[in-house]
Amino acid sequence: MFDKLMADIYTCFIDKDRYLEIIRGLGNTLIITFFALLIGIVIGLIVALCKVSAEKNKKLKFLDVIANVYLTVIRGTPVVLQLMIWFYIVLAFAKNPIPVAILGFGVNSGAYVAEIFRSGIQAIDNGQMEAGRSLGLSYSQTMRKIILPQAFKNVLPALGNEFIALLKETSVVGYISGHDLTRGAYNIRNATYSSFLPLVGAALIYLIIVMILTSLLSRLERRLRQGDYR
Amino acid sequence: MITVKNLHKYFGNLEVLKGVDIHIEQGEKIVVIGPSGSGKSTFLRCLNLLETPTKGQIFIEGEEITAPKCNVDQIRQKMGMVFQHFNLFPHLTVMQNLTLAPIMLKKAEKEEAEKSALILLERVGLKDKANAYPVQLSGGQKQRVAIARSLAMNPDIMLFDEPTSALDPEMVGEVLEVMKSLANEGMTMVVVTHEMGFAREVGNRVLFMDEGVIMEQGTPDEIFGSPKNDRTKSFLNKVL
Repeated sequence: MFDKLMADIYTCFIDKDRYLEIIRGLGNTLIITFFALLIGIVIGLIVALCKVSAEKNKKLKFLDVIANVYLTVIRGTPVVLQLMIWFYIVLAFAKNPIPVAILGFGVNSGAYVAEIFRSGIQAIDNGQMEAGRSLGLSYSQTMRKIILPQAFKNVLPALGNEFIALLKETSVVGYISGHDLTRGAYNIRNATYSSFLPLVGAALIYLIIVMILTSLLSRLERRLRQGDYR
Repeated sequence: MITVKNLHKYFGNLEVLKGVDIHIEQGEKIVVIGPSGSGKSTFLRCLNLLETPTKGQIFIEGEEITAPKCNVDQIRQKMGMVFQHFNLFPHLTVMQNLTLAPIMLKKAEKEEAEKSALILLERVGLKDKANAYPVQLSGGQKQRVAIARSLAMNPDIMLFDEPTSALDPEMVGEVLEVMKSLANEGMTMVVVTHEMGFAREVGNRVLFMDEGVIMEQGTPDEIFGSPKNDRTKSFLNKVL
């Protein structure tokens, strides 16, 4: 029994340097997640600001319309299909799926981050904007120095959750031949005809990363809450 | 210094201001009283365009702020505003609350802004709270910081929107004291308040507003001693 397990571990991970599949895959998973989140935050912030300022200013109504189309399309279609559309249609010339995946997941995540930011901005009391404006600050100065710092602090936990969700969602990049952690495990399975170790092993790695992120997040949240009673 | 001509304001179909006309001279202390829903806060908020008037004109120091081309931000720098709910910036220290606008708007360098902020804080009796955050202050202290924050922009006019209405009774006095000393220094002030004692003592002109118009105005003695309008009489009977 024990010998069998050791032999399986050997074939799955050590023989022909198969552990590299896992390491490389994990690296790509983390790279895609991290940069997609960055893109998502930039897009999300812009879209949220478009929507919030369109509420105040009738002339900017078209921004709201554009933002709504984006949000509806992105949130109304499966992320796997979005990825394939990017890779096989829009950016059909691209050879490397990883940058395409970063873009695809970034654009996807932006829609969710936009809603996170928007609710965070709208949760700030209107009196803050009025106080800033009454001092002579412009709308964008008040946004930058008064509203956004407070909103950002409030939405950090939700952003963390988005990060975690994104990490797991990236497991579908195999569909556009992206070599991530899941694909790595799958490749090992195909080569060795052994399912248990590679698949459960990959699942464990996701789980451990998510647990680490969750604990970092709750520590961050506690730090932020202390800040309220400084 | 402030001239308001035929000011109207609608919220949807509701007409809140139905033609307000007034001229305010430099150094005047105007106290606006009236029942809730009479439009007095809306009138005050129109003066620095926190509410956009539906119709009518407002001139501040000769400049028409209701004109489409007017630089509103510039005008607001000359008018401080104190809110019922203080609206301090909770993520900034007291000092940063005072210096943010002067530094951002290039009115002063950081050191200079901090120096004058300390002088202002001393004036409102809160010099020792410079590094505190707003959550650590009492209501009265918050409102005094809010007044100091407005003064940090060195305004010509100060607007007060029910500055003591959200305070515990024992804290009203400290805020009114600060306002009185400001009045004594000659600041032009427009104060919406329910503090009739303050209106009587500090105001040089009292406006009684009801149903979106100025029903009656006069010196405190005239309004409180011998009101002419029936609405004024019945309002004063209820609150005095």
